Parts: sequence; structure tokens; C-alpha cells
Amino acid sequence: MLNAADIATLWLTFKVAAIATLLMLMLGTPLAWWLARTTSRWKTVCNALVSLPLVLPPTVLGFYLLVMLGPNGPIGRLTAGLGLGTLPFTFPGLVIASVLYSLPFVVQPLQSSFTAIGEQPLEAAATLRAGPLDTFFSVVVPLAKPGFLTASILGFTHTVGEFGVVLMVGGNIPDKTRVVSVQIYNHVEALEYGEAHWLAGCLLLFSFSVLLVLYTVLKTQPVAHPLK
Amino acid sequence: MTIIQARFQLDYGDFKLDVDLKLPGTGITVLFGHSGSGKTTLLRCIAGLQRAPQGKLEINGHVWQDSERNIFLPTHHRSLGYVFQEANLFPHLTVRDNLNYGLKRIKHNSGTVKLEQTVELLGIGHLMERMPGHLSGGERQRVAIARALALNPEVLLMDEPLASLDFKRKQEILPFLSRLHQQLDIPVLYVTHSQQEVAQLADHLVIMDEGRALASGPLPETQSRLDVPLAQDREAATVWQATVAEHETGYHLTRVDVAGGSLSLPAVDAPVGTPLRIQIYARDVSIALEAPTATSILNVLPATISGIADSSRDSQCVVQIRVGNQALLAHITRKSALMLGLQIGMAVYVQIKGTSILN
Repeated sequence: MLNAADIATLWLTFKVAAIATLLMLMLGTPLAWWLARTTSRWKTVCNALVSLPLVLPPTVLGFYLLVMLGPNGPIGRLTAGLGLGTLPFTFPGLVIASVLYSLPFVVQPLQSSFTAIGEQPLEAAATLRAGPLDTFFSVVVPLAKPGFLTASILGFTHTVGEFGVVLMVGGNIPDKTRVVSVQIYNHVEALEYGEAHWLAGCLLLFSFSVLLVLYTVLKTQPVAHPLK
Repeated sequence: MTIIQARFQLDYGDFKLDVDLKLPGTGITVLFGHSGSGKTTLLRCIAGLQRAPQGKLEINGHVWQDSERNIFLPTHHRSLGYVFQEANLFPHLTVRDNLNYGLKRIKHNSGTVKLEQTVELLGIGHLMERMPGHLSGGERQRVAIARALALNPEVLLMDEPLASLDFKRKQEILPFLSRLHQQLDIPVLYVTHSQQEVAQLADHLVIMDEGRALASGPLPETQSRLDVPLAQDREAATVWQATVAEHETGYHLTRVDVAGGSLSLPAVDAPVGTPLRIQIYARDVSIALEAPTATSILNVLPATISGIADSSRDSQCVVQIRVGNQALLAHITRKSALMLGLQIGMAVYVQIKGTSILN
């Protein structure tokens, strides 16, 4: 059975993933829009940067983050100077790391659904008196709905499933940074296979059902989207 | 009266646009040319969808672009309606919401009466709750026209609105466009490469070629200009305005008044006084020096020769004739022209073998 500590890690995992997903949507939407529309030569560089976490070992990303956010890193100095302390081994630090790590899972589906919309609906909206921001919310967002759905779900589930970055940046502090994946590792290390089974089973079931729902919904969506 | 003044210069390397046009503020102005002639680019520059680095555009006294004063009104601040080649309806909105999309965004909403009128004019009342995906191509294009018109814009821009439709759908929409023409006072700029649409719709014609306007003027004058390729075309024709004068029911004929006299046409089902557009093909016009007395051709009108040009076909020549104040084209053989000794200023008679009624 799940004990109180396990349930605390489940709750913490959910909190991290929910906040990170929200932040990724806020950050990823303008970024994906820019990437989908720009002809700037920085586009390729930016595309490569955003995709880095897909190929890098999480420990590499975690290592750099640790250095940057730490007391001697540039961001660490800044946050310390602002009286915020340093971010490693804190909940906000964990969220920041998760955002960077899972961002490509949000940006890529959004970018492809923005690209798929094309120029025509935007021009039609402009000839019907809609300004750029108005057009974005009244035309682009509804047409990119499958993209937003995919982005949110992939961003959330990927954050739930992360391990390496969490361990490097967040550590293993109960109720602050100890998420499910780390707790499973703890159980295995302590040879508590029964407890590990329970948590691992929870994650497996959760991820499978979410993806099942996602693909079912996308199948009924008429608009082109990146996963189909 | 609204006047449209448009001057644009842009250079994409392999394509240049260089036009300076004054267009009338009423009726339908057709921008005619082959693909690549720059007609769509010109329309997009007027809409602000494309920005010509050098340009000045004034509609009805409102400056929409003036590159010298660094003025460029973005599209959504221009009082225009735009009908795209593909209807370009919003796929996530019903027909009703598509129609209301623009209306909700204009400041002085005098729109509701206009919308009802437009919906009725285009016969789309029964489609209001449908999604665009469930409409036929012709229905979609009618909704797109209504959506643009409902805003009661200062100018309506139409980019080959019929090009993506098959013959049957075209025939379904053309009458709506002709009606639009009679019932609304919004000036229309209409891009097409179809001579049939020119004949049916144009009041004013601009002929585009390689990014330049070769000619711009009232339809019959421009159609019959000898210095543009249109007059050389095998399908060359002139469109005349006529009025129904009398029905000769015994012969199944209708007599119509035209500028230089009257013509007999196959019976037209319209009351006396109805205005008609009739088209006369240059190949159906022949020339005689004296009034023919014994001929099967009913329509003979006195005329004056105003121009003669060689044709692209060696055996032919193109003759420009004035009948009253209307221009007419005749394609005759070079041999006949020589035998009759045709010269500019000569008084002749034209025999018109056939006409077609366009509305």
C-alpha cells in the first residue's frame, strides 16, 4: 500500500507538474508562435536550443542548472542579491528545472499546429478588422486547440516522469523536492520492492490513461495536429 | 463620387509591379491579365496584405498608404471587404459566426440591416447554422462574399472569386455578382483572367501585363483599343449597354435600343425599358460601304471607321469602328479591307451577325 510519505510525493509531483505546465504554456506559446512565423536566421539556432533537452542526458542539463543557480553561478548571485536565496534544492528551483527540461514537449506541438494554420485565416481576419492579438485569440487559439491539448498533456506527463534533472537540482528533500520518481528510486535502493511496485504502478497507469485519452480526443479532432 | 488612386512600385527581382491608376468610385473595375501579370499583387497591395516599398493609395479621400510620409495603415484599419480565391472561411465558426466576425469589430454598427440584405441577396439564409466544411464550393464562396459585404466597406476587393469553381458553380454565382452590381453602390475591384467575367461584370477595365497596367478605361473603349492584345484575341468582343424597346412576338424577337440605333435580338423575357448588357464578338461583325438592301442580316447600323490594325493572324486585320458614341471591333480579312479601301474616318455600315445577352 501507499504510505503517507508516498502520498506526499504524489501530491508534490502533481504540484510541480501543474505549475510547470502552466509556465511552459505561457512561455512556450509566444516562443512557438515566433518560431512558426519568423524568417529570422536565429530561428534555426533557437529551434536547436529548445530541442536540446530531447537529446541531452538529464544529468547534463541538471549539472549546468545547478552551477548557474548555485551560490557562485550568475543566476544564483542575482537571486541571492535580490534576497531570494539560491534556488537549488527548493521547490521553485525544481519548477524552473522542470520547465526547461520539458519545454520542447510543449513548444513542438504548438509550433507545428501554428505552422499548419498557415497564412490564409490570418489574412481573412485582418480583412475583417481583427488586429494581431485579436486574431490570435479568436482564430489561432481555436484552430490550434489540438496543439494546445497535446502540448499541455505531453508537458505535464513528461514533468511527472522526470528523474535526472530533479535529482541534480531538487535533491531528495521530503515534502519540498522529493517527487514520485525519486521516491521509487529510494524504495528500490532500500530494497522495498512492494512499495516501489505500488508507486511505479500508479505512474504507469496514470501515464497510459492520459495518453489514451489524448489520442482518443485527437482522433475526433478535424484539424491537423503533430501527433496524427 | 469615390475615387481610388493607387500608385505602387515594388521589385522582387524576377517580378516588378509598377502601376499608377485612377479608378472610378462606382461600379465594378476588373483587373484583367494572365497569371503573373501582377493583378493579384496589386489587389493585395491595396488591401495592405502586401506592402509595396514605394506607394501611395487614396480611397475616397482617405490616405491608406503614402510611402513618402511613411504612412501605412495596417489591413485591419482599412475599410475594405476582401474575397479570396479560396473562400477562406473560418473552419471553426458557423456561417452565422463567420458573417458576424467582422460586424462585431466595426465601430459604427449600421450592420444588421445590411447583413439581412446581403444574406438575402446571396441566397444563403438557409445555411446560417452550418459549418463551412459542410458547404459546397459555390455556397462557401457566396458566404465569403456576404461576409465581406456585410461590413459595408468603402471598397470591395475580389481576387478571382470564381477561379476555383467548376463551370456549373460559376454560373450559380455570376448572377449574384451581377445583381450585387445593380443593388449596391460599393465600388468593386475584381481580379480575373476570364474574358467571360470581364464581359459580364466590368464597367471599367484595367489590363495588366508584366506588372504594368497596359490600359485603363471604360469597358467598351478599353476592349476595343487596338494597342492592347485583347483586340487581337480570337474571342475579342465589345460589350454594349442596351435597353429593351419592343417585343416582336410574332417573330420571337426583341428590339433593343443602343447608342447608334436599334438591334433585333432573340426574344428576351424582360419588360420594355429593362437595361441589358449585350456582347458582340468581333468575328460576327462585317463591314459594307453601302447600306445593304437585300441581306438576311437584320442588324445593320451606320458607323465610322476609327482605326485599323494588323492582326496576329496573317490573313486577318482588326477594325475599330464607332457606332454612335460606342466602340465596336470587327475582325475581317486583310483582303476585304484592301478591296473595300477601308480608311480611318470612312463612313460605312456594320452588319452584326449575332449578339449574346449577358444578363
